Amino acid sequence: MGIEPGRLHFSWISSAEANKFVDVVNEITAAVKALGPNENFLKTEARVA
Amino acid sequence: MLAYIDKIKEISNRLLKEGKVDMVIGFRKGTVPMMNEPCFVKTPEDVDNFVWDSNCGINLANYLTNRKEKIGIVAKGCDSRNIVTHVIENKIKRDQLVIIGVPCKGMIDRHKIEAMFETEIQDVIEADDKIIVKGQGLEKTLNKKDVLQDNCALCIHRNPVIHDELVGDPVEEQKDLDRYEDVRKIEFMSPEEKWRYFDDLLSTCIRCYACRNACPLCYCPTCFVDESRPQWVGKSQDPIDTRTFHFLRAYHCAGRCTDCGACERACPMGIKVRTFTRKLEKDCLELFDWEAGLTLEERPPLDTYRPDDPDDFIK
Ligand code: SF4
Ligand code: SF4
Ligand code: SF4
Repeated sequence: MGIEPGRLHFSWISSAEANKFVDVVNEITAAVKALGPNENFLKTEARVA
Repeated sequence: MLAYIDKIKEISNRLLKEGKVDMVIGFRKGTVPMMNEPCFVKTPEDVDNFVWDSNCGINLANYLTNRKEKIGIVAKGCDSRNIVTHVIENKIKRDQLVIIGVPCKGMIDRHKIEAMFETEIQDVIEADDKIIVKGQGLEKTLNKKDVLQDNCALCIHRNPVIHDELVGDPVEEQKDLDRYEDVRKIEFMSPEEKWRYFDDLLSTCIRCYACRNACPLCYCPTCFVDESRPQWVGKSQDPIDTRTFHFLRAYHCAGRCTDCGACERACPMGIKVRTFTRKLEKDCLELFDWEAGLTLEERPPLDTYRPDDPDDFIK
């Protein structure tokens, strides 16, 4: 649908894999920060209150 | 066509007289050309209202949701597949139904035909494979195959997949079609191109929800777009709200959509809304070898797990 590659991530982490969880979250936040704000999903038309 | 009509009337009459069903759901002639309407017949005297022609594109499975009566239902190939989906999803019981199957040769596309003429179309008559369009100072004969709905031109299940009665001999199924040329074109686009493509596609959408209302899959008591606590998606016509509506709706139809085309037919703006569901249809076929609504015996891919399910996208 035109979402930039790198903005959406999938991972399978068991509740016992704390380290993997931390790693994956760090990786994803870094990747998404590098892409910058998601301008595509900003509303462009006038907002009602 | 006439033979079909007689047969539909005859079967309906018999079912109602014998008390096998409380009502029969079929089509009656619409008040405007090319728009036949669903028709609920409860007494044998009323079966004469039934018609059949190439303007019966509405999916009648839509009218079965949560019904308690015993129902006779007229079903084309695609309706029958949505009936199967309804049964699988517990929206109706198989033994409540007498399915009157109609082998189908496709429905004509009212948007296409309307776009061909400047004058208002007052009457559309069918003779074999020809369609005669009439209006003020207008009379033109078209080939039916040139004005089929896009989904019908690509349909490979024209014969009802389940039925208790059949109104005519099975028709020949279309073979060797390249069903996904258009989807592949979009798949090859870059993310930016896709973004623009869908912006364009949806630019005229007025959020009337006719596409949703016509779809037999969309039976949620409260649709996510109507929910206000929490409000999942904005209700405005801002392009991003409209886009969110369409993509989410499509995903709700994943593995369930039969490509019946009722959504596209219903759209007053002529938006090709099947563009979304067809990508999912293609994925289900390629990844799970699944076509919706073909059998009562198997669970759909989104509610089963198989160890060999594709999972390359998961890290
Ligand atoms: S999708 Fe197939 S069964 Fe349904 S109306 Fe079109 S040709 Fe007939
Ligand atoms: S999404 Fe459209 S084509 Fe698919 S089942 Fe619903 S109405 Fe039919
Ligand atoms: S029917 Fe057409 S205009 Fe209405 S919400 Fe659906 S796509 Fe938009």
